[in-house]
Amino acid sequence: MLNASIKAFLLYHKLSIKINMLNTFTLTEALSQLKLKKISLDELYTDIRTSVKKNEEYNIYLTMNEQMEQDANKLLQEKLMGVPIAVKDNFLTKGLRTTASSTLLEQFVPQFDATVIKNLKKAGGVILGKTNMDAWAHGSSTETSQFGRTLNPRNTDYLPGGSSGGSAAAVAADMCIAAIGSETAGSIRQPAAWCGTVGLKPTYGRVSRYGVVAMASSTDSPGPITKTVEDAALLLNCIAGHDVHDSTSSSQTSPDFTQAINKSVKGMKIGIAYMELTGFEEAKKLFETQVKVFEELGAEVEFVKAMDPQYAISTYTVIQRAEVSSNLGRYDGIRYGNDRSFFGAEAKRRIMLGTFTLSKGYSEQYYLEAQKVRSLFIQDFNRLFTQYDVLISLTSPGFAKKIGASEGSGMFGELEDKLIEASSIAGLPGINVPCYHDPNTNLYLGMNIIAPMWHEEKIITVADAFEKSTKWNSWRQV
Amino acid sequence: MPKTNLSIPVKHIARLAHIPITEEEEKALEVAFVETLLVVDQLKSVDVTDVAPTSQVTGLENVWRDDVAKVIDTFTQLEALANAKRQYQGFFVVPQVIDQD
Repeated sequence: MLNASIKAFLLYHKLSIKINMLNTFTLTEALSQLKLKKISLDELYTDIRTSVKKNEEYNIYLTMNEQMEQDANKLLQEKLMGVPIAVKDNFLTKGLRTTASSTLLEQFVPQFDATVIKNLKKAGGVILGKTNMDAWAHGSSTETSQFGRTLNPRNTDYLPGGSSGGSAAAVAADMCIAAIGSETAGSIRQPAAWCGTVGLKPTYGRVSRYGVVAMASSTDSPGPITKTVEDAALLLNCIAGHDVHDSTSSSQTSPDFTQAINKSVKGMKIGIAYMELTGFEEAKKLFETQVKVFEELGAEVEFVKAMDPQYAISTYTVIQRAEVSSNLGRYDGIRYGNDRSFFGAEAKRRIMLGTFTLSKGYSEQYYLEAQKVRSLFIQDFNRLFTQYDVLISLTSPGFAKKIGASEGSGMFGELEDKLIEASSIAGLPGINVPCYHDPNTNLYLGMNIIAPMWHEEKIITVADAFEKSTKWNSWRQV
Repeated sequence: MPKTNLSIPVKHIARLAHIPITEEEEKALEVAFVETLLVVDQLKSVDVTDVAPTSQVTGLENVWRDDVAKVIDTFTQLEALANAKRQYQGFFVVPQVIDQD
């Protein structure tokens, strides 16, 4: 209560003295403070509401859960204790509008929860609201959203990245405690990099795709976007696991991912990839100085030559467009949603190109060829992982791009995500951690860490060690 | 437009994909498709002799479910119709596709 009256005093006198607003808590902090009864859910939600209202101009939430406080108060005994989680708007939420940022679904209210949402609720999480994204997850900027772009809270002249740009921005702006996004090739890690947050793409099949508006079914992977690596591990614990409703979800049991926190990287073998590529010298130089941290921590670090990611762009483009054309066939305006004239320009391009590459006479030349090159990428990763525990590269070839940068380029996303796509088409787990902060622009660079399938614990250990040995995580600064 | 021998039947694809497009969009789409396919064509320079295609990375095969209906996975009529724009006495209304003209 004291906290609340101090805040009221400061607001009244328009004082901007920095005090610890509860919305700035990491998930781990919020849970421990709630457990110790040092804060209450009411106080937490008041601060969340305040920050959501204050930052409306960022255009992050498309729909708010107006009864989040009531939902939360019933959950204090559960693992996530009723904390507010932001969810990308392509996860079906029962009774809460879900648009995938397309006007085609402007009035669509799902009649069931996606498995990820069901699992979150079961663990005691509360859906705070639905975040803006590239329409149908087609893009890496949020500029294809039919409800307007989201601004990067670190610097509003810049884009948040995408497609899970709203979720990453919500975390960066402390408009939630943690968030959920989804990635097909870069859509969790790239916005996390541009917004200076953590983003974890699990192994394909680790987290159920049931009830997620489908993009490319053979690579879609839901995952957490959070303030710290530990938060990501905690949230992954709550959403991972086999689901009878998703036949591609794995029946492997998921370990407790928080066990990978606070582990030493001493003796680990780390391969640094893609340093031979050109065109992003500044980012590469800054990244290279950060890699030395692992040597200081006792890991063996070596530069490696991985298969040219240029081919991953082509492979991913073919596979993704083809699967999109099939998945978006269901939107006929009969059972739900508006008719197909409501698809935006980007969705039309992707659906039609996929239709073309799958059509008679072309499917072997394009789709089958791409599936074969995909096998080559998997073989190449298998080769590298016989020598290295994890591979590391930049997440994005640079800092966030300026507003408007994606407009007029049909390949914007593919090029921005070129350092991640190979790992996505191979189904590997990956995590973004902030690895540099530019004090002039307030923008971040991100580091991408990948490991063999089903080895999320390795990327969590390496990312956590890096986060705790450096000053780049904005929530760890005192 | 970049030089290419590709001719893309945009109107035909639009019909296959059930995407209504204008004349203006048709031209823009052709330019976009050529741009993208030129990038995609790099695949041709990769040697994939004797390489098997990968359509699914987890190696799962033939996943079956029990052949039983579960009430929990079933919509009521009301739920099924909840988002339908056009309905008639508890049914979906669908556009006519046979004998259209």
